[in-house]
Amino acid sequence: MEWNTAPANVRSTNGRQALFWKRFKKQKLLHLFVGLGIVFLLIFSYSPMFGILMAFKDYSISTGIQGIFTSEWVGLDHFKEFVNDYQFGTIVRNTLMLSFLKVLFTFPAPILLAILLNEAKNLRFKRFVQTVSYLPHFISWVVVVGISFSFFSVDIGVVNKALMGLGIIDKPLAILTSPNYFWGLSVGSAVWKEMGWWTIIFLAAIAGINPSLYEAAEMDGAGRLARIRHITFPGMKGTIVVVLILTIGSILGGGLVGSNFEQAFLFGNTINNPTSEIVQTYAFKVGLKDGRFSYAAAIDLIQSVISVILIFSSNFIAKRASGSSLF
Amino acid sequence: MTFGTTDKTISVLTYTLFALFALMCVYPFYYIIINTISANDISARGEIIFYPRHIHFQNYLDVFKIPGLWNATLISLERTLLGTLLTVGASAFLGFMFTQEDMWGRRFWYRFTILTMFFNAGIIPWYLTMRTLHLTNNFLAYVLPAIVAPFFIILVKTFVESTPKELQQAASIDGAGLLTLFFRIILPISKPILATVAIFAAVDQWNSFQDTLLLVTDSKLFSLQFILYNYMNQASSLSTMVNLQNAGSTAMASLATKQTTTSIRMTVTIIVVAPILLVYPIFQRFFVKGIMIGAVKG
Repeated sequence: MEWNTAPANVRSTNGRQALFWKRFKKQKLLHLFVGLGIVFLLIFSYSPMFGILMAFKDYSISTGIQGIFTSEWVGLDHFKEFVNDYQFGTIVRNTLMLSFLKVLFTFPAPILLAILLNEAKNLRFKRFVQTVSYLPHFISWVVVVGISFSFFSVDIGVVNKALMGLGIIDKPLAILTSPNYFWGLSVGSAVWKEMGWWTIIFLAAIAGINPSLYEAAEMDGAGRLARIRHITFPGMKGTIVVVLILTIGSILGGGLVGSNFEQAFLFGNTINNPTSEIVQTYAFKVGLKDGRFSYAAAIDLIQSVISVILIFSSNFIAKRASGSSLF
Repeated sequence: MTFGTTDKTISVLTYTLFALFALMCVYPFYYIIINTISANDISARGEIIFYPRHIHFQNYLDVFKIPGLWNATLISLERTLLGTLLTVGASAFLGFMFTQEDMWGRRFWYRFTILTMFFNAGIIPWYLTMRTLHLTNNFLAYVLPAIVAPFFIILVKTFVESTPKELQQAASIDGAGLLTLFFRIILPISKPILATVAIFAAVDQWNSFQDTLLLVTDSKLFSLQFILYNYMNQASSLSTMVNLQNAGSTAMASLATKQTTTSIRMTVTIIVVAPILLVYPIFQRFFVKGIMIGAVKG
């Protein structure tokens, strides 16, 4: 491989060898550094994958890491147990519905915002709105929940006060502690947190559109809506497809709007549990709290497998449909 | 004519929407801040909505009387500083290495790195790995797993590839080795992207919650995010505790400065989010460029 790329004018064997050694010495250092990085990934990202084995075994934490390999095979017992779990239906429904609703609302929102921002002619105002819009992206879910505690509180929350003041409701809504509002709260806070952030990417796509297209359209008498429909939107299509693949691929983990786990775990409580318990929070509870590692790993694995299938199929469909794909 | 009216309607609509949207993004933070500096008895009745009343800063002094808060602040600062330094260093280094076209097996190792962005084993196997490595109840658990970060490597690699190749070639001809090339040429020209990576890494470290939840039971290692999570549920008992402490030192805490469940919750929230709010205006110009580079290559 190495000498193929060597300059063709090096003819003598001596020169070639010298060059090879020089290259090798240079590469040795390269491989050493890249190798270090790879070792890190092997330890922290790849080695846990062996742990997936325990989903098919009867693993006990007291046997340590070797136990993953030595413990007894039980086949699909843990999976069967989960399917027969009395909470199975609820958990699967919550996971699917939350993921679906989040994509439904958080995916179009930044596209819409980008198109609107592009229509704003006042540059200073536009810049201000943009700067403000991605602030929530940098705030942790813990803080979002902390703010929500005060914001949506039944006794003192400003949201309930405002709604009552406007006469929309007559008694305060238990937004944080009612199964009826959890999905709305979850989707709403996700849109609030990440909408501005993803707008950056779509605005970048719009910035790449040739301005002469707009001028030509204007001369032909196209109004704003026509320009949005026939120029802005088609110009964003490639980016929209890529972001959509990414979103669908990670849909069960929370899509592009952060961690479903943290959100459901932090907003979740015993009262809203019927709508807030998802696969990951359940796996965390039975695994790390109850110590049923094999069972939890099996539950988690179901979600991972579905995610991988989703990544590949959305990538495949996008490739066929529009020519853009990730890999 | 019809076009004209649609245009106007769109303008009015967009500006109203923008104003509302901007308000939605900022107001929650403003609301919490004005409540923490207003008289606590008014705040606890939910009457502070537009502007602060009877301004005082006693809450910010009082919350640090809660045991553990000061220690958690230090832990969060330490992990942010150390973690950011290591992650930025490794990302710069590996991002640059992956641009070396004549490297043997480059494509394979690069894919090997990127793949970890899409696939992971799940929390249970991950927990067991960390446990085996003795990284439970260990400060290193906060910084080590984050060092090699595929997304940041992509950012640096894409950036370095966009710089003129002649720079590196010229230096190589002058006899610069890999390390000289990196430190003398690549590092100085990559400053903008490294600033972006540093911001992302620092925010990730500061905001990280899940690792403490999964790996740490020793309260000396609790991060600020985790402490906030604990305090939200214990706020009423904590306020009683702080009030008892204050009763000993001062003659009589007035209603305005007496701690309530609300005041404790809100003040701790602000402490946790303050560093981000403070540096946000300075760093926000860096990351827009960064995410756009990332978006191109995705």
